[in-house]
Amino acid sequence: MTSAVSFQKVSRHFGSVRAVDTVDLDIVPGEFFAMLGPSGSGKTTCLRLIAGFEQPTAGSISIFGERAEGVPPYRRNVNTVFQDYALFPHFNVLDNVAYGLMVKGVGKPERQKAAEEALSLVRLPGYGARRPGQLSGGQRQRVALARALVNQPKVLLLDEPLGALDLKLRENMQEELKSLQKALGITFVFVTHDQGEALSMADRVAVFNDGRIMQIGTPEDIYQRPKTRFVADFVGSSNVLPPDFVHRYSGQHRWGSLRPESIRVGRAAKSDGVTARLVSTNYLGATTRLALDADGLRLHAIVPAGAALPEEGEAVMLTFNRESLHLMDEPT
Amino acid sequence: MTIAALNSNPSPAILPGSGGMRGALSDLFWRRPQLLLLLMLLPPVLWLGIVYIGSLFALLLQSFFSIDEFSGLINREFTLKTYGDLLQAANLDIILRTVTMAALVTLASAIIAFPIAYYAARYARGRWKALFYLGIMLPLWSSYLVKIYAWKLILAKEGILTWLLAKLHLLWLLDGWLSLPIVGGNSLSVSFTGTFIVFVYVWLPFMILPVQAALERVPGNLVEASSDLGASPGQTFRNVLFPLALPGIVAGSIFTFSLTLGDYIIPQIIGTSRLFIGQAVYSQQGTAGNIPLAAAFTVVPIVIMGFYLWGAKRMGAFDAL
Repeated sequence: MTSAVSFQKVSRHFGSVRAVDTVDLDIVPGEFFAMLGPSGSGKTTCLRLIAGFEQPTAGSISIFGERAEGVPPYRRNVNTVFQDYALFPHFNVLDNVAYGLMVKGVGKPERQKAAEEALSLVRLPGYGARRPGQLSGGQRQRVALARALVNQPKVLLLDEPLGALDLKLRENMQEELKSLQKALGITFVFVTHDQGEALSMADRVAVFNDGRIMQIGTPEDIYQRPKTRFVADFVGSSNVLPPDFVHRYSGQHRWGSLRPESIRVGRAAKSDGVTARLVSTNYLGATTRLALDADGLRLHAIVPAGAALPEEGEAVMLTFNRESLHLMDEPT
Repeated sequence: MTIAALNSNPSPAILPGSGGMRGALSDLFWRRPQLLLLLMLLPPVLWLGIVYIGSLFALLLQSFFSIDEFSGLINREFTLKTYGDLLQAANLDIILRTVTMAALVTLASAIIAFPIAYYAARYARGRWKALFYLGIMLPLWSSYLVKIYAWKLILAKEGILTWLLAKLHLLWLLDGWLSLPIVGGNSLSVSFTGTFIVFVYVWLPFMILPVQAALERVPGNLVEASSDLGASPGQTFRNVLFPLALPGIVAGSIFTFSLTLGDYIIPQIIGTSRLFIGQAVYSQQGTAGNIPLAAAFTVVPIVIMGFYLWGAKRMGAFDAL
């Protein structure tokens, strides 16, 4: 099967800055693919390479098997939902949504009908006559989505589309985007720096750092079995354990990771485990996050709210199941 | 600094006033911001209201007087006779000529200004941007008269332009153009073409700057979004860039159009002996001593600009503001 988007050794350099550095990538048709990474990690540049706003310095890109280097954005059947929506301020909502059809020469009644349908799809029916300036952030976001979807793109690119929304709205939109993608079957490529968003929405996640892909896999892979210290730390802030520490528990001299929720915190000197000192507690609602100091090694543990907690500064005993200790590939 | 040092800040929670006249005034203005606003706006409002609008109103009033043709004295009775004089063939000719010139100068300025403004707004950064502003502003720093006389030399029959075209074996092109009726003449410096070129040169910065400011406000991602949705560069220009730059173009055209309508020096030095509105005003209030007719001529550009702005607004030129 041909990939929806395929990168072969793609690089994009801006002068001496390697925004994207020899990236290989295959996105399966119909999947919800997330590109996750901190700002400046190259994920947005990758998205812009797919859209055609950037051209690769080296390597080749193909979209559904067709070579895309040198093809301008307006000849790619790929549409983008921009981070700040980029709605045309001088058009009303309906004309914004119908824009792609208008420039393709679709007749006015037909394109307006399609635009109305797209607005219903994003649950904004009847908003056509309004100006973008009269809409809330969440509504603009939906209009931007409708404007892209009305063209029935082969790939839909979303550049941190939920970044400007407040938490409640963001959670709603996450669910909606996910179900929309399932219903339409269009390949979604989603850029985000929010690991929770990537894990909850995507079928597969690529974790970026310094212009390179650190790991590609299902959310579970990425979360449970990080390959490198960076992935372990960035996705869900795992505890990264140095080889000497890991050696004591697994017999192998390798970097390890341990999820904060796998650590149990007990009274000191009750059982065998890691002795540590409680540095601080952060109340998070459903859970409480503990910062611990185990002989100079900073660890975090997440315990359910309501559990009896030791005082700050008190000595505690940490225990965990051996199998929850994950060994990473990273060389020591 | 230790935490103890931070906690031992000895100053009180509310600081004493700085005292004196200035301190009292600062506090007063902070409590009553409208007072400061009033004080700041009063002088310019007085200036604008009395000196500017007032004199314009006096001028308007003059245009409703008439001149006694025998004595040459001004008859201070309200009449529309002077406006009737405007409709004489010779005067109508002047108005038509001036408006046509102003429209052509505006159109040419807009066409020339757009690419320059576009480059400056979208691509020029740092040193290149400074160079752009310098290039646009520098001609405005030198004397208007010097520039016009310089152009007279450039466009003269013995001037550098003729010389250059001769070297390029393109003199036939110039001769062909000059042999045309109306736009032609003995040389460029005594033709309407010459007048047109100098007008465009002198007013171009007034078009470039507002267009550049308008384009500067168009977010770059709108151009990307248009392209992303399948619009070719030409379609993006027509549907996104041009409509969003239109307020700037209209602002610039107000300058180029009204400045051309009112100017009397350029057509005096470069061009034919046929008059423009500015020259007509100049000669009517000077040698002819017909202040009412001069005033009536002055009203023409005002009325035209009024209609122009009304039309531009109706066409939606300010919708993107």
